[in-house]
Amino acid sequence: MKTITVRYFAIFRERAGCAEETLTLHVATAGDVFRETRLRHGSAEPTGHCKVAINDAMADWDSPVDDGDTVLLFPPVAGG
Amino acid sequence: MTAILCCCFLRSRVADMMRMTTHAIEPDALRKALFDPAAGAYCGFEGWVRDENEGHKVLRLEYEAYEPLAISECEKILAEARDRYECRQAQCVHRTGMLEIGDCAVWVGVVAAHRDEAFRACRYIIDELKVRLPIWKKEHYVDGHSGWVNCERCAAHTQAAS
Repeated sequence: MKTITVRYFAIFRERAGCAEETLTLHVATAGDVFRETRLRHGSAEPTGHCKVAINDAMADWDSPVDDGDTVLLFPPVAGG
Repeated sequence: MTAILCCCFLRSRVADMMRMTTHAIEPDALRKALFDPAAGAYCGFEGWVRDENEGHKVLRLEYEAYEPLAISECEKILAEARDRYECRQAQCVHRTGMLEIGDCAVWVGVVAAHRDEAFRACRYIIDELKVRLPIWKKEHYVDGHSGWVNCERCAAHTQAAS
């Protein structure tokens, strides 16, 4: 089990009802964290439309997460 | 050797720059700040808030960004544009917060020796930043509803397909 701080943005934050939460999860990758939080908060966006960062660096869904990491979950972007 | 030193000196003056702001973007001032005697072309892009999207009358837009990564990712895009298209300078400013119809949400400015490089670099930057920067916008509609652009339909499609 790993202690992961998860940060939510935009529609993910609204669904989660918080901007950040610390979870104890059985996860290996950023994608695992995303799937766990989707189950908790009912999001349905596929990973292909979303982005992830680990400790303030852009990452991939198969990037490994370590105990104590902060995972930032970005819903589909719409800048410009 | 002289040429190399000169080139390095000029490059060091050319700072790529991305800035996020909650205040009104003023493209005229930004354009003037890009003046460069070696540039024969300036190309600018302004993204404005419009009053309609996909059949919905829009009242205002609310932009949210994760600024540390929006800035670092945009700096990468600006550097890519400079390298690919040999533009002398490329800058971007993006608004966050609540914007009204007609407000400038994003400005991109590029100067280059010739127009082709300036056009192409500017197009590259706005196209890339729209899909790469962690920035989101929520549309507030005239009918009182609101929705996150690219999110609501994305989730609906996935749920319908599952």
